[in-house]
Amino acid sequence: MKDSLMTLRYDVSPTDFTRAGEASSDVKNKLKQLGVSPQVVRKVAIAMYEGEINMVIHAQGGQITVDITPTLIRMELKDVGPGIEDVEQAMQAGFSTAPDNIRSLGFGAGMGLPNMKKYSDTMQIDTVLGVGTTVTMTVNL
Amino acid sequence: MTVNTIKELLDARVLAGEDLLDTEVYRACGSDMMSDVLAHVNDQSVLLTGLCNPQVIRTAEMMDIVCVIMIRGKEPDASMIQMARDRNICFLATNHRMFTACGILYSAGLSGGD
Repeated sequence: MKDSLMTLRYDVSPTDFTRAGEASSDVKNKLKQLGVSPQVVRKVAIAMYEGEINMVIHAQGGQITVDITPTLIRMELKDVGPGIEDVEQAMQAGFSTAPDNIRSLGFGAGMGLPNMKKYSDTMQIDTVLGVGTTVTMTVNL
Repeated sequence: MTVNTIKELLDARVLAGEDLLDTEVYRACGSDMMSDVLAHVNDQSVLLTGLCNPQVIRTAEMMDIVCVIMIRGKEPDASMIQMARDRNICFLATNHRMFTACGILYSAGLSGGD
């Protein structure tokens, strides 16, 4: 992004569920250090964390790019997973395709995408079956 | 109420954050599903959960939750306790079950928020 003041890039590990969230944790700490308001930091952290968990559960990991501009935080979560068959259905609270073993880990309640939408100011999903999904979210400063 | 009051009411052990017992908490949430926890933000809140994995501490970190309480006498491993310590999250464990633990705190005046 040409108006980006700072760009952060992360690889999300596909296999290690216990490490999921490390990228979101790092972004949260960096935004706090930059003096971003606690409300904005929390919105970014939760939206990105849900996305990061999704990448581990559904898509064998991927890459996250975070741009900090003078007016907003922009997060791009890109995976080469299976794609989302029906985005409208996936956006419904409670709808989930996560396997039971994920539910026993505390996720897969069908709240991931709805939470990402709730805590971001804009959200766009570009997905192609068998190719992958890119979710782009912004949170205004 | 303070975290210390919660500790006494639930007869809880302190796993991490001994220095944070004077912190005030205003709201509580009880759930084993972290996405449900992430759906509702409240300031200065406490999380009661029977889920025992590192994502509990991550969720608390993202939400700025000040205290996590393990219910039903579950024993988190050392790495999870260290995670809480590194993030300045007070970590308690009680033998009470979820319903009872929530009921005790609710009766003592802690609310669920919005």
